[in-house]
Amino acid sequence: MRRGLSAAVLAAAFVVGLPTLAAADTAADTAILAGTCAGCHGAELGGSGAIPTLRGHSADYIRFTLKSFKNGERQATVMNRLAAGYSDEEIEALAVYLSQLQ
Amino acid sequence: MTRKSQVAVTRRRFTQLAAAAAATPLIAAPGIARGQAAAHVVVIGGGFGGATAAKYLKKGAPDLRVTLVEPNDSFITCPYSNLVLGGWRDLESITHRYDKLRDRWGIEHVREEATAIDAAARSVTLAGGDTLTYDRLIVSPGIDLRPPEDGGIAGYDEAAYEAMPHAWKPGAQTLLLRSQLEAMDDGGLFVLAAPPNPFRCPPGPYERVSMIADYFKKNKPNAKILVLDAKERFSKQGLFQQGWDLFYGDMIEWVSLADDGKVIEVDPATRTLITDFGMEHQADVANVVPPQYAKAVARNNGLADASGWCPVDGQTFESTLLPGIHVIGDASIASPMPKSGFAANSQGKTAAAAAIALLEGQELANPAWVNTCYSHVAPDYAISVAGVYKATDAGIISIEGSGGVSPMDANAADRKLESVYADGWYDSITADMFS
Ligand SMILES: Cc1cc2nc3c(=O)[nH]c(=O)nc-3n(C[C@H](O)[C@H](O)[C@H](O)COP(=O)(O)OP(=O)(O)OC[C@H]3O[C@@H](n4cnc5c(N)ncnc54)[C@H](O)[C@@H]3O)c2cc1C
Ligand code: HEC
Repeated sequence: MRRGLSAAVLAAAFVVGLPTLAAADTAADTAILAGTCAGCHGAELGGSGAIPTLRGHSADYIRFTLKSFKNGERQATVMNRLAAGYSDEEIEALAVYLSQLQ
Repeated sequence: MTRKSQVAVTRRRFTQLAAAAAATPLIAAPGIARGQAAAHVVVIGGGFGGATAAKYLKKGAPDLRVTLVEPNDSFITCPYSNLVLGGWRDLESITHRYDKLRDRWGIEHVREEATAIDAAARSVTLAGGDTLTYDRLIVSPGIDLRPPEDGGIAGYDEAAYEAMPHAWKPGAQTLLLRSQLEAMDDGGLFVLAAPPNPFRCPPGPYERVSMIADYFKKNKPNAKILVLDAKERFSKQGLFQQGWDLFYGDMIEWVSLADDGKVIEVDPATRTLITDFGMEHQADVANVVPPQYAKAVARNNGLADASGWCPVDGQTFESTLLPGIHVIGDASIASPMPKSGFAANSQGKTAAAAAIALLEGQELANPAWVNTCYSHVAPDYAISVAGVYKATDAGIISIEGSGGVSPMDANAADRKLESVYADGWYDSITADMFS
């Protein structure tokens, strides 16, 4: 049933010439994306032990940091390997989402 | 249960479902709105997948009624149980209670085992005979070890677990293996039989070997470790072997499938492991990790296919065999995501979000996830494997160019950082599940 639905949505997207659905298109997608960061950065993303907090940063800082992890300009133990999996659009969505955490 | 009867059960359930659908017009989803009876989601299993799903159902929809079916009063994690074997941690430090899920999040905890699932009636039968009805069901029961008669190792039945522990489910088995290691003489031989893919925690056996090697190095420097493997290669192999050379010299010998590593039979009376080509290895302490499949409650109720694991739709983790039921964690087929606690936790959030969206008639999310498995190799020395995944119409894919393992040439400071970050990960994920 759902497959049929998403096929219909996809078909509609083609008809009107929109890009097909990609992750982080909706708020729900971004919440799931950021939800997987909690596995390390803490249940409320407030950091855990030596792993830094993701709260209280500006969108600019998060965007810049994730891009520097992605292109290797900022050294890291694991974030390079993770950031490499995100498109610019996903990084943008994460930056905005995380900057809005209190 | 044999494969044949599994198929039969599946087919029977579909027939029941079709009959029920024909007899009654489809009832609209009850919704979570106030004023009407709240929708009810039942979660089977309070481990990495299930505890996370239950909490995130309440977090996402506080009005929802959520029941967690889990016989135990607290949960002992497999992650970090290898550190208990090495003497780095005690069992208490990896035990987590369900009180906050009950008291803070308002989840009803039914302390029983679920035995039967009826997808057509949307009900779960408990070991005590009671039934629960649900609007959606999330199943995260983990794994069973295959018995000899169903794809396991000859001679390795439940009675053998005492003489040759598996310690692949933590708790009493972990302590038993630990006490056997403590009782072993210096100069003794420890043998670990590692399973074929797919299995719970691909780097797990090799982290375990590392922890036991550290214990031997400090306490029984003449002991030897033999790993008999049913695989040609293993997770983070280069990094593990580099670490073993560095810290444990020639204490550890690993035997691949091609070199006759596959154990096909054991004799618990003499702690002997027999390989495919007939080699007999007599151990002083033997740890047998046999082939695995999804836990009985999933397999016996039509959720698993012939492989013994449960096929799901990657976007929602809804079963592709039975409607209205999400299967997450080790029991599900989510490859290329590994069978890890990290993955089960991410899948729990995804299934919770999908269940809420489906009950409320909202659009489904297009999920993407990360996974990272840290492994301790020696004190202040850990390594990791990471991946980024996405659900597509063709199934779950791993994003090209992302993930991979820690660099082979990382310096000592980075290996130490990873061991500290691993501890941070453990605290984060367990807090995410239980607080
Ligand atoms: C030695 C070892 C080390 C590991 N290390 C790591 C690691 O470092 N990082 C990592 O990410 N993963 C690790 N893992 C893997 C991780 O433990 C599993 O992937 C994870 O537990 C899977 O979660 P799950 O929800 O599928 O199952 P589980 O966490 O096993 O939870 C299943 C729950 O369901 C309950 N249950 C079962 N049947 C029923 C029933 N019929 N009715 C009601 N309840 C039921 C059980 O009591 C249990 O509480 C390790 C595993 C091992 C063995
Ligand atoms: C496996 C654990 C892990 C996961 C999962 C993870 N991180 Fe990280 N993160 C780290 C660690 C460790 C660091 C420190 C840098 C390093 O060594 O990689 C870090 C650093 C960061 C920083 C820099 C913070 C600062 O103060 O400069 C940002 C931003 C960040 N992570 C964002 C994310 C986002 C967004 C996600 C989810 C998409 C995520 N992380 C998932 C472990 C993780």
